[in-house]
Amino acid sequence: MSPDDLLYTKEHEWLRIADNGGTVGITDHAQKELGDIVYVELPKTGTKFNSGETFGSVESVKAVSELYIPVSGEVIEVNEDLGSAPENINEDPYGTGWMIRIRLLNKSETEDLMSAEEYDEYTSEGK
Amino acid sequence: MSKQERAAGHFSINESLLFEEGSPGRRAFDLSPLDVPLKQMGDLMDPELLRGEIDGMPELSEVDVIRHFTRLSTWNYHIDLGLYPLGSCTMKYNPKINERVARLEGFAFAHPYLPAQMIQGALEVQKTLEDCLAEISGMDAITLQPAAGAHGELTGILMVRAYHESRGNPRRSILIPDSAHGTNPASAAIAGYVVESVPSNKRGTIDIGALQKIVNHEVAAIMITNPNTLGIFESEIAEITELLHRQGALVYMDGANLNALMGMTRPGDFGIDVLHINLHKTFTTPHGGGGPGAGPVAVKKVLEPFLPYPVIESKTDGTYSFNYDRPHSIGRIKAYNGQFGMHVRALCYILANGAEGLKEVSEVAVLNANYIRSKLKSAYALAYDSASLHEVVFSDRLQARKDVHVWDIAKRLMDYGFHPPTVSFPLIVPGAIMIEPTESESRQELDAFVQAMLAIDTEAEQNPEIVKSAPHTTRVGRIDEAAAARKPILRWRAG
Repeated sequence: MSPDDLLYTKEHEWLRIADNGGTVGITDHAQKELGDIVYVELPKTGTKFNSGETFGSVESVKAVSELYIPVSGEVIEVNEDLGSAPENINEDPYGTGWMIRIRLLNKSETEDLMSAEEYDEYTSEGK
Repeated sequence: MSKQERAAGHFSINESLLFEEGSPGRRAFDLSPLDVPLKQMGDLMDPELLRGEIDGMPELSEVDVIRHFTRLSTWNYHIDLGLYPLGSCTMKYNPKINERVARLEGFAFAHPYLPAQMIQGALEVQKTLEDCLAEISGMDAITLQPAAGAHGELTGILMVRAYHESRGNPRRSILIPDSAHGTNPASAAIAGYVVESVPSNKRGTIDIGALQKIVNHEVAAIMITNPNTLGIFESEIAEITELLHRQGALVYMDGANLNALMGMTRPGDFGIDVLHINLHKTFTTPHGGGGPGAGPVAVKKVLEPFLPYPVIESKTDGTYSFNYDRPHSIGRIKAYNGQFGMHVRALCYILANGAEGLKEVSEVAVLNANYIRSKLKSAYALAYDSASLHEVVFSDRLQARKDVHVWDIAKRLMDYGFHPPTVSFPLIVPGAIMIEPTESESRQELDAFVQAMLAIDTEAEQNPEIVKSAPHTTRVGRIDEAAAARKPILRWRAG
């Protein structure tokens, strides 16, 4: 069961909303599918992305996958620890494996994201 | 021979680096006595530019060097040793006649700076290869310059851009199916385009409904692989090309899988404007680290003015020349006119087979893949039910129930004496196992592979640990790939 205080994308990112900001990472399902993550490429603070745009990539022993931003936002903080400890994404995807914090540019976009229940149903369909 | 007997133990010699071997004074050459006055290098050029002795440069005899590389070669698994069923990468046997012809003195020793009148034979080879590739693909003109498939993609997309620019607007995006080779989006991005992904439908082909929604006047081209990376023919290709053409967009084909189509259908006939051809995949030139690549690009007439220069022209007197006067050309994209040695090998294969032979190549490639499909489909889950052409994609879904995954199956295959197939690609299939046997293989070789795959399935059910800890018989056991990537040791010796 995915944490029910988060919102989810079809591309397996999660978004945690707090005040005006949001934290973004990838889901437990995503890290399992990817396998051991060995490298993460993240944007610089201050970069702005529209909803659904690529904000970085993760490299596992299997493949390189793009990261898609769940909602439009400006990057205000990047998890620099992942540079030397990418395994945090495997070990604690909703905690120390967080990737970026953003300032939301259009809050209404969160309505397009899935709840934990919807996401779990989505992944159980083999997506 | 039973499956257990295929991979037998054999001694394998541990080998040092060349820098750790040798002894002062050893030589592998013997020069004639000097018959001209001795000059020091420093007298001939600025001594500042000279490098001193290389510290620790090994001194070795001929037998030292021969044994070193021969020993290393025994650590290797290669297509001359057995089946190498890498789907999409297509590792097929390279006939030795190719090598013999490529070593003919006139080919092997032709200097690239020789003037055209002194290399007429070499130019005839290139021009004949161009004509053959144009006929096989149904296209109008060819460049042999690109040095690899991905280089061909970039060349093709640069021509697409030049075409649109000549009409006033380079346009914005390139559409790429989600099953595509990763090089496609990379090539489009390097050529300055935004990449938009086109989803696949339940049959594993392009979702035309979704495609219709994103095709517009800002789309420069779509990049299609046909048959696609699932080994499935895009049966709606005519509708797709028409849809793009109606919006003034072009259709690029990744010709990686042309080896399934020869003599059956031609990209030029189903509406393709530009495609690259990987010579190694279809026309038996060396692959990967085995030799320089070659990715010729074929175009329709509308793109012909944009081909890289020079182009080879045949003159009325039967001679050949290079034409550099190409004002609309995207320019030179490779030194000289591509990897000439690969062109010789590909032409050799084409002429040795002839038209009927090439058709049979595709038929047997498709037959072999379907033989494996039919033998394995009860043990391994097919990713898609659609008919397979030259390769078949399974998933590890059934084995994963016992926590045996695609990488475990691949590593266990080494214990049975096979190179593993491509795994974890295409990305749209979770736990993908992508098998491409090629036309080279006999039924006995395919049967041995099938037996190994079935045995691994049984092990996954009854003794999953042996699969999950494989390989057991190789020089090096299971490697901690994550640690190797996270904390790589890049020096030969610490310090």
